[in-house]
Amino acid sequence: MAKDHEKIIRDVTSGEYKYGFYSDIETERIRKGLDEDVIRLISGKKNEPEWLLEFRLRAYRHWLTLKMPRWPNLTIPSIDYQDIIYYAAPRQKVSPGSIDEIDPELKKTFDKLGIPLEEQKHLAGVAVDAVMDSVSVKTTFREALAEMGIIFCSFSEAVREYPELVRRYLGTVVPHTDNFFATLNSAVFSDGSFCYIPKGVRCPMELSTYFRINAASTGQFERTLLVADEESYVSYLEGCTAPMRDENQLHAAVVEIISEANAEVKYSTVQNWYPGDKDGKGGIFNFVTKRGICRGDNSKISWTQIETGSAITWKYPSCILRGDNSVGEFYSVAVTNNYQQADTGTKMIHLGKNTRSTIVSKGISAGHGQNSYRGLVRVVKNATNARNFSQCDSLLMGDKCGAHTFPYIEVDNQSAVVEHEATTSKIGEDQIFYCNQRGISTEDAVGLIVNGYAREVINKLPMEFAVEAQKLLQISLEGSVG
Amino acid sequence: MEPKSDIAERYSGIYLNNREKIMAGSSDFINSFREKAMERFHELGIPSKKNESYRYTNLEPFFRNDYANYFIPGISDFVKAEEFRCDVTDLDSHGIVLLNGFYPSINGKFSELPGGIRIGSLNEASREFSDIVEKHYSRYAKSDTDGLVHLNTAMAADGVFVHVPEGASLKKPVQVIDLVDSDADTFNQHRNLIVVEKNAEFTIIICDHTNSPQKFLTNAVTEIYVGENSRFEIIRVQNEHNNAAKITHTFIHQERNSFAASNNITLHGGLVRNSTYHRLAGEGAECNSYGLYLSDKFQHVDNFVNVEHIAQNCTSNQLFKGVLDDMATGAFNGRIFVAPGAQGTIAYQKNNSILLTDSARMDTKPQLEIYANDVKCSHGATVGQINEDALFYLQSRGINKKEARLMLMFGFAHEVIQNIKVDPLRDRMDNLVMQRLKGELSRCASCMVKCG
Repeated sequence: MAKDHEKIIRDVTSGEYKYGFYSDIETERIRKGLDEDVIRLISGKKNEPEWLLEFRLRAYRHWLTLKMPRWPNLTIPSIDYQDIIYYAAPRQKVSPGSIDEIDPELKKTFDKLGIPLEEQKHLAGVAVDAVMDSVSVKTTFREALAEMGIIFCSFSEAVREYPELVRRYLGTVVPHTDNFFATLNSAVFSDGSFCYIPKGVRCPMELSTYFRINAASTGQFERTLLVADEESYVSYLEGCTAPMRDENQLHAAVVEIISEANAEVKYSTVQNWYPGDKDGKGGIFNFVTKRGICRGDNSKISWTQIETGSAITWKYPSCILRGDNSVGEFYSVAVTNNYQQADTGTKMIHLGKNTRSTIVSKGISAGHGQNSYRGLVRVVKNATNARNFSQCDSLLMGDKCGAHTFPYIEVDNQSAVVEHEATTSKIGEDQIFYCNQRGISTEDAVGLIVNGYAREVINKLPMEFAVEAQKLLQISLEGSVG
Repeated sequence: MEPKSDIAERYSGIYLNNREKIMAGSSDFINSFREKAMERFHELGIPSKKNESYRYTNLEPFFRNDYANYFIPGISDFVKAEEFRCDVTDLDSHGIVLLNGFYPSINGKFSELPGGIRIGSLNEASREFSDIVEKHYSRYAKSDTDGLVHLNTAMAADGVFVHVPEGASLKKPVQVIDLVDSDADTFNQHRNLIVVEKNAEFTIIICDHTNSPQKFLTNAVTEIYVGENSRFEIIRVQNEHNNAAKITHTFIHQERNSFAASNNITLHGGLVRNSTYHRLAGEGAECNSYGLYLSDKFQHVDNFVNVEHIAQNCTSNQLFKGVLDDMATGAFNGRIFVAPGAQGTIAYQKNNSILLTDSARMDTKPQLEIYANDVKCSHGATVGQINEDALFYLQSRGINKKEARLMLMFGFAHEVIQNIKVDPLRDRMDNLVMQRLKGELSRCASCMVKCG
């Protein structure tokens, strides 16, 4: 029995990373290193207005005063910020008008990743903004969405075409002084998605951004800004992959969400950056700042994340519940296998009255993986009748991995009801035995149990991606039980 | 690491200026730790809010205060402590009174209890039972982050020493009344060492009291060794006035198949910080850590628990509950650490708090750090208020609201008290809690100390 387990673990964990190929595309890069000239260069390349350059420079000057924080439960090799290329873009026409103008090699890459740049019928329910390295390649269904007044385009286009909107919201949720990586991002961010849902509009399709790192020794610093005006609804999904390389590449993104009165935003992530090989060599450092604010009354923000990739993940999608009766949700499955590390969780800041938040975090550790949940629930003095429920479960597979929980609960109002519970255990031998008894092989049984364990979160994903996420889980983990 | 503060600087100065006085009573062995500990303290400083485990507690105002006395090795004080002892009424326990951290042993005599259990001053013990002291002293009280443990090692001049020999067991618990009494503001530190050898059983109650209204700051370290197959229980009852700050560090080291329970019952106190460290070093060891805090006015109670599962097949259980009224603030900081290879671990942790007013505040931080896979660990934390349904149920049965609230709070607190294994003691605690909830408690009823 034990032998079988070991074999299954070996088979599964030695499985190849499916998206690890590299596309030979002519790429335009700038020199390595970071200084004010580089920032001016990036800004110049994107023909940015003066105020945005100022924003970048302010952030950069502040960044120089910061030190990399040491509080996460992670072992991070030192990063040489002068050894990174901060801008790399596939060479192509500035903004391709039709699909024929896109480099066929580029198109092939995204086809291979399963992200069609054509507006295909069978994926008619999803509009995609495809980002390769530092620039957005193509945004599909722009026209169809524009008819409803929805703006969905790359960040650079938004800066050119809707500067007022961008200027009004940029940095309001994650200020340029927020933290080390958010500040770095504010200084050098290259592209990303911008989305604006006007008042009373229910976005008819899933919006999606697909991030791909392709070029070597670059970092990806994208910035997503999502604004849902009053009484609107949008479901947004991001996915990401990168080639297999021995070097570590830095990905430091910022996502800002603004949800006005009665609006609802659902933000889902399927993160599958290259996690490094089974000896822990290579992989992406995924240091991301994501935060949403429920500005108006009765607004809602829901985060769902499936974290299976990256060598090191460090992200805390958070909600500031400012409007009365606003709702924040966080659903997460984080998987660490081999030498992956994750320190992830959320912050729920209750400012308004009758605000509610739910946190469901499922951590799965296998191999030498280290998985930490870190979360904060804060109820301020005036937030009467705040309600929070948090559940953090960890599943351990193998005796070399670790699972950790660091919740912070700060309650300053007597009417608040805040609950937190967490459990850590391995897959029960009795559960596996039960399945075996009914003719289910150990490998399938583990898959079954893991999927059941993560179901609560996967169910929150949009249909098209739930299937994908389930498969991903299976690949990342199945059979890792010892 | 803390930035070095001027306060740390000041305490270093106090140590240097009074080195002879501090060292006078202690043996060479105990004195040999002082220099190094002072260096460590100087590095770490007084824990500030930047220190993760002190995140919600601000010690600075208490340490900034200028105390008239930092240690009281004068002979007159021993006499005073002796006087207290004379008035002890005999209850169901063996009583000892500790005055400002000093054991009243003018004659240097050890009290010997049935089974060969010896209780006396640590200073005396370090001479008379040097082998035992040298085997255990400063072996368990270790901290990489908390400067106060090192400050205690450097400056504590005395404390209680208990030795429970192999196979000994005592029917009645030992009660240590830790009294703070002075006509000037006092900062005192004491150091206790309790050694429970194999197959023994021992229960100790430590009552923390203030007897005069001056400003007091206490920084106490208690080291406990629980040998193979032994049972040990420590109950700490804290009832101090609102100007007093009490910081305790309790280190419990457990060997194979031993059992230890710790109970921290905080009824009163301006600032109370209890750090309890459980180290399950032998296979099959079990520990329970309980705490109850009832605070009002501007009181602040911070409980820090660190349970380390080093060996396999150990079990731990934490339960901390509290009721916070007025402007009181509370903090709970619990950590379960499961070392690599500590398979078969079962560890539970729970913290429930009730806030009675909008100005009361509770911060809780339960943590799990697990490096082994065959474990069952869970933690839960809640912050809320008295259940409206339960209140309504009681009222519908003709119990008035005030009484019903009291009953519910009492029931809430009783969940902690019920874990005290000694019956008379449990009843006494229930009584104290009831009085406290009614707001009638000024001093512990039926306390052994009757002197003014």
